[in-house]
Amino acid sequence: MEFNVEQVKIMDSIIARYPRSRSAVMPLLHYVQSIDGYITPRGIEKISEKLEISTAEVTAVSTFYTQYRSEPAGEYHVGVCINTLCAVMGGDEIYESLTDHLGIENHETTKDGKVSIERIECNAACDFAPVVMVNWEFYDNQTPQSVKDLVDAARAGKPPAPTRGPNTLRTWKQNSEVLAGLSDGLANEGVSAGEPTLLGLKIAKGEK
Amino acid sequence: MTPKTKLTPVLSANWDEKDSFTIEGYKRNGGYKAVTKALAMGPDEVIQMIKDSGLRGRGGAGFPTGSKWGFIPQGDNKEHYLVVNADESEPGTCKDTPLLLANPHVLIEGIIIGSYAIRANHAFIYLRGEIVHVYRRVQQAIEDAYKAGLLGKNIGGKGFDLELTLHAGAGAYICGEETALLDSLEGFRGQPRLRPPFPAIAGLYAKPTVVNNVESIASVPAIINNGVEWFQAMGTEKSKGFTLYSLSGHVNNPGQFEAPLGITLRELLDLAGGVRTGHKLKFWTPGGSSTPMFTDEHLDIPLDYEGVSAAGSMLGTKALQIFDETTCVVRAALRWSEFYKHESCGKCTPCREGTWWLVQMLHDLEDGKGTEADLTKLLDLCDNIAGRSFCALADGAVAPIMSSLKYFRDEYLEHQRNGGCPFDPIASTIFKTVGA
Ligand SMILES: Cc1cc2nc3c(=O)[nH]c(=O)nc-3n(C[C@H](O)[C@H](O)[C@H](O)COP(=O)(O)O)c2cc1C
Ligand code: SF4
Ligand code: FES
Repeated sequence: MEFNVEQVKIMDSIIARYPRSRSAVMPLLHYVQSIDGYITPRGIEKISEKLEISTAEVTAVSTFYTQYRSEPAGEYHVGVCINTLCAVMGGDEIYESLTDHLGIENHETTKDGKVSIERIECNAACDFAPVVMVNWEFYDNQTPQSVKDLVDAARAGKPPAPTRGPNTLRTWKQNSEVLAGLSDGLANEGVSAGEPTLLGLKIAKGEK
Repeated sequence: MTPKTKLTPVLSANWDEKDSFTIEGYKRNGGYKAVTKALAMGPDEVIQMIKDSGLRGRGGAGFPTGSKWGFIPQGDNKEHYLVVNADESEPGTCKDTPLLLANPHVLIEGIIIGSYAIRANHAFIYLRGEIVHVYRRVQQAIEDAYKAGLLGKNIGGKGFDLELTLHAGAGAYICGEETALLDSLEGFRGQPRLRPPFPAIAGLYAKPTVVNNVESIASVPAIINNGVEWFQAMGTEKSKGFTLYSLSGHVNNPGQFEAPLGITLRELLDLAGGVRTGHKLKFWTPGGSSTPMFTDEHLDIPLDYEGVSAAGSMLGTKALQIFDETTCVVRAALRWSEFYKHESCGKCTPCREGTWWLVQMLHDLEDGKGTEADLTKLLDLCDNIAGRSFCALADGAVAPIMSSLKYFRDEYLEHQRNGGCPFDPIASTIFKTVGA
């Protein structure tokens, strides 16, 4: 199946952001994921055609970066931080209990296509450890129970809002579209900062 | 004990306001005044001012920002580029992300000033792809800056043009290394380049390019606004100004603390409510996992570039990860090694193969299958990786191992005597106190 006219126009607008077209390969790959859910052969072909580079070159790029998937992600892609600090603070226990709960392993998706899981590295939120990301939104200060509740709610179609993110959790494909640079208009939702972020400021102001 | 060093919120000063991330919120606090001031100066004057301030790169290496700008050849009839490194992926590092969530406009203001100074008409932000909400905030801020005439053609009516492009990475730690970042931004696999030529001569698209960390560029507007003397009044002799220290791990109140360079961990711990109640400090990283760890012997080291390196480590990104006595140092070293093995870009053999062997050996040691001779072998292996590889990722990879062996050698051997790890992993989790 071909990408439709609207989608091809968006691809052209992504390419137009850069002084040299090849620079658009990464946002185009994010964009393909937003449509197909992963890096499909047709996506590779289209990017190669658009950027006038070989499909092998596009594949070489897509396989280098972990966010580009070779298989579909679940509607809710759950990343559990297992880098040292989160692991020690409880990330290992969260990951264990989650795999038990869902009956799937790293990089697998539940049969209903709703939830996939991934062991992720430090996600720049250590002061909120243990950290879990869903569709690359922050779920801070998690416990094994809170993450089980989170995926159950997501499977029931009612995921809780991210702790530092928009008011509602968007799907994995929708968030891939944001990473391709297509605005969903939600930037103003959510907090400026979480409590740990503000701690030093509040102490300096004598509020803590 | 009252800390003697006072906190100095500059970048973080308005983060507690609900709309701190909007252009209105930023302007209400004096935002974008520095652009007007800088555009009224000559570009060289701006560079000189940043040189005089003593601002050093906050991305890890501490290179003087003004000098870096000064390396860009002028009058060369080539395009110049400013590229902001917002890839923040060094384990422990968590300062640029909250900064961008709470106030993306301060970065944009710094970008306008920096681009003007180095005569760049196109700038890029290479943003870590694994945090969507930060992408939203930065994108919105860019859009609003365009609307306000702060980006685009003829900024402030001063004849200066600037395009700003936001670019999401896709999960590769190595793309934080500045030359790998440039390859990635050009649409290739993110692998480091041979230097020289340095980016200042042949960077993005082989054109003169400055790569700076988010916090470095975000610090520029305050310097323009308040002056060199104001900035120099903070910090220590060779490490001037304020910076974000991030405390995480086994402390009662983790978080961000903006303080003058040179504050000590003892002071910071005091502000963070101390090490987890009932426990004591065991080891900590001064600036992310790539910086050799410290112990409770190092509480009073001034956390500036010179102080930390004199004590055998690096200030790095000021990512202070605190671990108490419940944490197994072998487990920590192994986990970090797994990270470096996973993130090695594969370009050079000592790093690609060496990190693989490090993980194998540490696994055996953790399982109690290692011997004293293996520790020597482990150190030999480290020696064959660090300094023999293409980029600094490899040096970072051996840092946790070599430093933990220096301070906790016997703990490695204890695993052998015990036939496995002597620690209870549950004891180090937060669930013990908050309930799972
Ligand atoms: C493996 C590796 C990862 C790095 N990651 C980052 C990063 O995520 N952010 C960053 O600003 N600098 C990172 N750096 C440092 C950059 O190469 C570069 O020194 C820095 O962006 C320069 O900016 P500054 O002078 O403003 O500090 C990394 C370096 C290495 C070797
Ligand atoms: S040291 Fe490692 S990360 Fe750096 S170029 Fe070599 S293989 Fe790649
Ligand atoms: S170690 Fe998990 S966010 Fe840093």
